[in-house]
Amino acid sequence: MNFPANLRYTKDHEWISLEGNVATIGITDFAQHELGDIVYIDVNTLGQTLKAEELFGTVEAVKTVSDLFIPVAGTITKVNSLLEKEPELVNNDPYGKGWMIKMTVSNAADINALMDAAAYQAVVG
Amino acid sequence: MKNTPFTQKHIALGAKMAEFAGHNMPISYTGINDEHAAVRNNAGVFDVSHMGEFILKGENALDLIQRVTSNDASKLTPGKAQYSCLPNEQGGIVDDLIVYCIEENKVYMLVVNAGNIQKDWDWISKFNTKNAEMHNISDKTCLLAIQGPNATKILQPLVDTDIMNLKYYTFTKGKFAGVDNVIVSATGYTGAGGVEIYFEDKDGAADKIWDAIFAAGAASGIKPLGLGARDTLRLEMGYCLYGNDIDDTTTPLEGGLGWITKFTKDFTAKDILEKQKAEGVKRKLVGFEMIDRGIPRHDYLIKDAVGSTIGKVTSGTQAPSLGKAVGLGYVATEHASPDSEIFIDIRNTLVKAKVVKAPFV
Repeated sequence: MNFPANLRYTKDHEWISLEGNVATIGITDFAQHELGDIVYIDVNTLGQTLKAEELFGTVEAVKTVSDLFIPVAGTITKVNSLLEKEPELVNNDPYGKGWMIKMTVSNAADINALMDAAAYQAVVG
Repeated sequence: MKNTPFTQKHIALGAKMAEFAGHNMPISYTGINDEHAAVRNNAGVFDVSHMGEFILKGENALDLIQRVTSNDASKLTPGKAQYSCLPNEQGGIVDDLIVYCIEENKVYMLVVNAGNIQKDWDWISKFNTKNAEMHNISDKTCLLAIQGPNATKILQPLVDTDIMNLKYYTFTKGKFAGVDNVIVSATGYTGAGGVEIYFEDKDGAADKIWDAIFAAGAASGIKPLGLGARDTLRLEMGYCLYGNDIDDTTTPLEGGLGWITKFTKDFTAKDILEKQKAEGVKRKLVGFEMIDRGIPRHDYLIKDAVGSTIGKVTSGTQAPSLGKAVGLGYVATEHASPDSEIFIDIRNTLVKAKVVKAPFV
């Protein structure tokens, strides 16, 4: 399983990358593998400002549904529209075309509190 | 946790494993959609060796089966099988099962759900007052379901008898890939055609048969499959899953199993069920499809347009063959006719659905 070194990770299996104060967020390779075939994602928080670890949406797979939590505080600015037609991108390319949302983070330094790839790898075994 | 004779193969082949009814079983291999499509369009192999098998023997065997099951097993002749259920004394369902007639009036095999082996054994034993011979052969019996439109064509070279024209719910017993006494049964839980094969794991029979099936199917692209796809396949057909759609508190009449409930013979709770039939059921298991976006899941509430609860979802999934979400659930009888508009309460949002007749495919 692949956990890129340039990303940060949460215990709820989201990843986040940061450029300036714009973050991209998705779910990890481990999460997509556990969920199985993804049917759609439902993000009803576009434009909202959320606190860290608040619910930003849900992901529905064939067999199960899972909540999605925001890794750090910020305002959700974009939902990946590609996923409407091709939700399987989350399974096939979780760190690339399968990203879920973009957000403006409230405090870029918050990301430093999240796990790096090695720490996350240790969590998922 | 128990292993089946194939557990190590599943692990070696990279299956995602999980405990199911006390057994270490493959849940998926390449993904549910992919595995589901393999069965609908080609052929695949499920290891369902966790299921239970009982042999009932002797001159009182049929009498016992008639007493404990709802269907009429006296209609069975050798080589025929029958879907049935074990009603409890309140008219609920102890388990659903398949009854195989090996020798008429003498030898029968009952195939029961893995999670209910001990419960069923105890239940049937309780009614065995005339001492029919009972053997629980679950642990030593392998069961592979080779399902899909190309399944029998792939397997035919491995057997002596004609299995391509085996009628639904009939079976033959003979040599399979050099292994004796293999039952090849035209049954399954997918609605895609194919067979289920039962055999004893001795002298390496499990390895021999698994390897022969995959060698015979290599050119056709036969695939090993997990229980996840088995569930989506059965749900598209509207087949009940014990513990989800039927259980100790639901009657066969409520669960749409009136067709296996024969009042022409005596059986447990016959009177209660006959009365229920005469009065009409108050709730019914129905199929439904989602109209608005949402995927129904087990235990979600079913509501009417004003938000009053009218029932509960028992099974639900995105149906891979259909590209839409479907489910089964109990609703009050007045909401059970096809095209009735119902609402599924998905995380506090009412999502529109309509009652449709199963099968969905």
